[in-house]
Amino acid sequence: MTLAIDVANATVHYGSLLALDKASIQLERGSVCGLVGMNGSGKSTLFKTIMGLVKPDTGSVLVNGTNPLQARKSGAIGYVPQNEAVDWDFPISVREVVMTGRYGHMGFTRRPRKADHEAVEQALARVELTEQASRQIGQLSGGQKKRAFVARCIAQEANIMLLDEPFAGVDKRSEATITKLLREVADQGGSVLISTHDLHALPNLADQAILLMRKVLMQGDPQLVLQPENLAMAFGLDPMNRGEDA
Amino acid sequence: MNLFELLAEPLGYTFMVRALAVTVIAAILCAVLSCWLVLIGWSLMGDAVSHAVLPGVVLAYIVGAPFALGALVFGFLAVALIGGVRDTSRLKEDAAIGIVFTTLFSFGLVLISVTPSHLDLNHIIFGNLLGVSAADLWQVIILGAVTFLILILKRKDFTLYAFDSTHAHALGMNPRMIGAVLLGLLAMTSVVALQAVGVILVVAMLIIPGASAYLLTNSFGKMLVISPALAALAGIIGVYVSYYLDASTGGMVVLSQGAIFVLIYLFSPRQGLVAHRFAVRRRRKNLQHAG
Ligand SMILES: Nc1ncnc2c1ncn2[C@@H]1O[C@H](COP(=O)(O)OP(=O)(O)OP(=O)(O)O)[C@@H](O)[C@H]1O
Ligand SMILES: [Mg+2]
Repeated sequence: MTLAIDVANATVHYGSLLALDKASIQLERGSVCGLVGMNGSGKSTLFKTIMGLVKPDTGSVLVNGTNPLQARKSGAIGYVPQNEAVDWDFPISVREVVMTGRYGHMGFTRRPRKADHEAVEQALARVELTEQASRQIGQLSGGQKKRAFVARCIAQEANIMLLDEPFAGVDKRSEATITKLLREVADQGGSVLISTHDLHALPNLADQAILLMRKVLMQGDPQLVLQPENLAMAFGLDPMNRGEDA
Repeated sequence: MNLFELLAEPLGYTFMVRALAVTVIAAILCAVLSCWLVLIGWSLMGDAVSHAVLPGVVLAYIVGAPFALGALVFGFLAVALIGGVRDTSRLKEDAAIGIVFTTLFSFGLVLISVTPSHLDLNHIIFGNLLGVSAADLWQVIILGAVTFLILILKRKDFTLYAFDSTHAHALGMNPRMIGAVLLGLLAMTSVVALQAVGVILVVAMLIIPGASAYLLTNSFGKMLVISPALAALAGIIGVYVSYYLDASTGGMVVLSQGAIFVLIYLFSPRQGLVAHRFAVRRRRKNLQHAG
C-alpha cells in the first residue's frame, strides 16, 4: 500500500538558515501523526514542504505516491492554516469559507451544485457550527474558527489533512470536538498530520508522533516519544514538568 | 424647470450622452475591481498602474495606434516591473511601486514635453469626458465588457486568492497566476477609467467604491453589488452637477464618490462612526442603570 506522505531526506534552507536537515517522515493511511518540536524547529516548514510551497534543496516528497502538485490537483491535501495567516475581517461567512473547500469539485466558475451544498452542511454539522454558519468568519471564538477550517477540509473530502497548531488558543471542548473528528477521519482511511504543543493530549489524539528539531529525532508511538529523555533531546528539558508534579 | 427637464436637457447633446456612458461604464468596472483591491491591500497598486500608463498613451499618439493599446502595454509593463523589483531585491512592495510608477510617469511627462503635437496633457491627466469621440467610446465599451466578464466569471477564484491564497495553492490552483490575471485586469480597467477621469483620479474610482461598500456589509457577494451601484450613482450625479455648475466633470464624479463615502463612514449602521458612538453611549447608560 502506498504511503499517504513520504518525505525522504528533505533539506530546506531559507537563505543560509537551515530549517530542515535531511528530514524523513512517513505517514500511513488511516493514521493520525502528531508533530512535536520547539518554536522554530521546522514544523511549519515541513508542512510547506509537503504542500509544495517550499522546494527542498535535496530529497524527495511523495504524497499519495505522486508528486505534491498532482496530489494537490486531485484534491487530496487539506490544510488548516495557523491563526496569524488569516484575515479575520474579510467579508466572508463561515458557510462560504467551508464552501471554498469544494472548489476542486466545481467547474470553471465555481458554481456550487446540490452535492456541494450538502457536503458543506454536513461538514458544518460535524464540527457543530450549523448555528453559527451565517456569521462573518471573524465573529467566531478561537475554537470555533479552528473548527470552521477543519470543516473546510472535511467538505473538501481531502484524504490527507495538514493541521498547523490547531489547538493554539482553543478550549478543551473545541479541542475534544476536533480530536474526535480527526479520529473519525483516520478510522475512515484518511491521514492526519498535526503539529501541536499540547503534549498531554497527544496519546489520545495520535497513533504516531514525530519529534522534530530541524532533523527528525524520532518517529514512533506517542508514549515512547513523550518519554522524558526523548523530549529532552528536542526541548533541552522536560516540557511536561513531570519531575515537579511528582 | 421641473426635474424631468433638468435630467433630460443635457441628454440633448451627444457629448453629454457619451460622457455619461463612459462615466457609468468606467465607474461600474472600477467599482467591481475595487472590492478585491481594497481587501488584498492593493490600493497603491491601482495608483501605480494608472499613472504608469501615461507614456503608453503618448507613444500610441506618436505612432498613431489606439491609445488603449499603448496604455495597456505600459500597464502590464508596470505590473511586471513592480513584481520584478519586489521579488529580486530586498525592497518591499510599496517601495517597488513608488519607484516604478513615478519613473514611468515622469517618462510620460518628458515624452509629452518633447513631442510637438496637439496632445493636451491636461486631458490625459485630468480626463476629457466632454471630448469623448465615438471611437473612444467603442474602445471603452469593448475593453470594459471583456474585463467585466472575466472579473465576474472568475470572481470566486479572485476572492479565494484574496482571502486565503494558501488554500488555493492546496487545491492545486496557481495563486501567482490568479494574482497576475487580476493585475492584468487592473491594467485594463485603468485604461477604461483613464478616459473618464484621467490618470490622477483613476485611483479614486479604484478605491472609494469598494471601501464604501466594505463599510456597509459583511458579505463579499453584497459588496460586489453595492460597490458598482454606489459608483454608478455617484458618476451620474457628478456628470449632471458638473453640467449645471460648469465644473470639472472628472473632478465632480470623484467628488461625488468621496461625498458618498463620507456619508457611509459617518452613518453606516454597522461600521459608521455615529452608530459606534451611540452604541458606546448606550452601553455606558446600561452600565449606570445596572450599577
Ligand atoms: N520565510 C522564512 N524566511 C526565513 N526564515 C524562515 C522563514 N520561515 C521560517 N523561517 C525560519 O526557519 C526556522 C523554522 O521555522 P518554522 O516556521 O518551520 O518553525 P515552527 O516549528 O513552525 O515554529 P513555531 O512552533 O513557532 O510555529 C525558524 O528558525 C524560522 O525563523
Ligand atoms: Mg509554525
